Amino acid sequence: MRRIISVLLENEPGALSRVVGLFSQRNYNIETLTVAPTEDETLSRLTVTTSGSDKVIEQITKQLNKLIEVVKLVDLTEGAHIERELMLVKLKATGSQRAEIKRTVDIFRGQIVDVTSSVYTVQLAGDSEKLDGFIQAVGTSGVLEVVRSGVSGIARGEKVLSL
Amino acid sequence: MELLSGADMLIRSLQDEGIEYIYGYPGGAALHIYDALFRQDKVKHILVRHEQAAVHMADGYARATGKPGTVLVTSGPGATNTITGIATAFMDSIPMVVLCGQVASTLIGEDAFQETDMMGVSRPVVKHNLSVRHPEEIPEIIRKAYYIAATGRPGPVVVDIPKDMTTPNERYEYAYPKKVKLRSYNPAIRGHAGQIKKAVDMLLAAKRPIIYAGGGVILGKASDQLTELVRMIGYPITNTIMGIGCYPASDKQHLGWLGMHGTYEANMAMHHSDLILCVGARFDDRVTNATEKFCPGARIIHIDIDPASISKTVDADVPIVGPVDAVLKEMLSLVKEAKEKPDADAIASWWKQIDEWRAFHGMRYETSPDVIKPQEVIEMLCRLTNGEAFVTSDVGQHQMFAAQYYKFDKPNRWINSGGLGTMGFGLPAAMGVKLTHPDDEVLCITGEGSIQMNIQELSTCKQYNLPVKIINLNNQALGMVKQWQDMNYESRHAESYMESLPDFIKLAEAYGHKGVRIEKKEDLETKLKEVLAMKDDLVFVDIYVDRFEHVYPMQVARGSMKDMWLSKTERV
Ligand SMILES: Cc1ncc(C[n+]2csc(CCOP(=O)(O)OP(=O)(O)O)c2C)c(N)n1
Ligand SMILES: [Mg+2]
Repeated sequence: MRRIISVLLENEPGALSRVVGLFSQRNYNIETLTVAPTEDETLSRLTVTTSGSDKVIEQITKQLNKLIEVVKLVDLTEGAHIERELMLVKLKATGSQRAEIKRTVDIFRGQIVDVTSSVYTVQLAGDSEKLDGFIQAVGTSGVLEVVRSGVSGIARGEKVLSL
Repeated sequence: MELLSGADMLIRSLQDEGIEYIYGYPGGAALHIYDALFRQDKVKHILVRHEQAAVHMADGYARATGKPGTVLVTSGPGATNTITGIATAFMDSIPMVVLCGQVASTLIGEDAFQETDMMGVSRPVVKHNLSVRHPEEIPEIIRKAYYIAATGRPGPVVVDIPKDMTTPNERYEYAYPKKVKLRSYNPAIRGHAGQIKKAVDMLLAAKRPIIYAGGGVILGKASDQLTELVRMIGYPITNTIMGIGCYPASDKQHLGWLGMHGTYEANMAMHHSDLILCVGARFDDRVTNATEKFCPGARIIHIDIDPASISKTVDADVPIVGPVDAVLKEMLSLVKEAKEKPDADAIASWWKQIDEWRAFHGMRYETSPDVIKPQEVIEMLCRLTNGEAFVTSDVGQHQMFAAQYYKFDKPNRWINSGGLGTMGFGLPAAMGVKLTHPDDEVLCITGEGSIQMNIQELSTCKQYNLPVKIINLNNQALGMVKQWQDMNYESRHAESYMESLPDFIKLAEAYGHKGVRIEKKEDLETKLKEVLAMKDDLVFVDIYVDRFEHVYPMQVARGSMKDMWLSKTERV
């Protein structure tokens, strides 16, 4: 099953490589990985999406917790949560395509953030499925370039991941 | 406050940490540190002949004393040479701190002379590694390094020290921190009371129970608590090869060790048990054989300081995370208070069954009128040293024979590379033990293959007068490899013969030691006695043993615990 694991990590050189190294060393799979400092500059927040059996996921969280620089972690998929990913897409946009793309972008609540006579650059945020859906809707033939941020997530309600 | 250079702070920190010995080898990036070492005499440095040996020495010291070992090497090749030793310590959870020189911070990333990314290279085989970014951090980093290495599930910690962090004429205020603050590292200090209660209830209700103890009992210094609990409750106990000595081998309740080359009775009892109390072991593949066939009728209680060891390969019914000594102590008092007692009839018939298994095999081996059997060498050594020697081993058949036929009643005396299986471990580990146990007998039981992997350390033994006894069970082959080839490759002995062996006696003599060769069975006892009487000499004892012997029992690959070869022809 797909999981979203959110980690508070000491904001120190080498900490990230330890997390990434752990995944390859123990043959766990990483689908997406995002990391950035938090409002507390001594901490980074890292989100990783992975998949595996319950046993594997249990090992992943235990092994992550063993890393000295991992301060706290939570498997967001264990409870209600919000998941977001940002995508920038460059699309071929000429002639009648221009209006069609514009409509699709609106339906997906995206924005066209850059325009040339033949290209639209679209920005879209949502869960990963929505981003996949957009690509499908516009058709891969018109897609010139895609960049996705990887998943960030946060628990719904009162629950917070903090020190 | 005192003003000290980074190098002096480093050495002062070691002093303040109570470090007696460091094992190492100098080089450019470590020279400021070596100079600081030279100007004091509290911390003694042992100069090895290869950095790998320094790590194994520190490891042997740590395993015998329970205290973290310390290594000091230079950058680049000095650092990379330590990796096998660090990986060995990591697999067996041995506390140690490895101090590595590094090129100056201004040169890092420029492929400078003798630059290696030791933080990156060591990362998968350390508990943690730390890099010094400012000389002022040195005392705190050293304090942290030892704290992390020695607490929780112990392990090696690498400290990377760029040369400009130790510059002699840059001085800073020195104070050794009393406490370490690490918000993200808090090893458990006690087990969960509810889980412990549940475990005790299950233990008392069991009809075919077995205790399965591991190296964690020795690392957690819990042999006394374990022994008391096992004696009080009267159940059978087996242990892993890493757990040897955690419970007296000569005691009737002890079934010997389990797993691939474990005793028939230990493996049978595990397979047929209805309850396994695992204490500080990790269900390693050399223990469980095929996990899907592992102990089908058993419920499992697993005590470990490392939560990640629990339910990693075999699921636990009752996990207990905590230090083994504290958890066992609580269990002991609950067992004492409990109104229920173990089911005497069930336990008696369980013992009857176990005694039958014991009688069936009993670690028998065939003897010969003229050829020396490796097993009999070990049995004789055990008798001649009253089972009280510190025994280190290398890796191969000799290691298994040593573990099987030397009976250890005390912890910390059997010292081997169990997890990584590192040939070349035995001699340097023995040196590390002998240095701090000069009055004890220290035997290195080795093979002609393994001993050649760190043979250069005979020179270190001369320099520091380390009269260990090297017992070379010379079968003129990479015996364990050959055994597998006999069993799985129709005896095609690909590269498992050691051709052109050196004359070990002359070799030992060339290094300034004594050598004794034993070829005839009738000489074995007298010559071994002579060797053991040579208290002040390192003696290399080259014993020509049966070249065709195999280690048994041996579990059948991908089978269950109970599927074993008992000899070349007998399979159960
Ligand atoms: C460094 C290293 N390389 C290779 C091996 C694989 N290996 C395991 S046992 C063995 C043979 C050891 O030969 P020897 O030391 O003569 O012991 P014997 O089995 O003959 O008693 C080998 C090559 C290993 N364990 N360690
Ligand atoms: Mg051999």
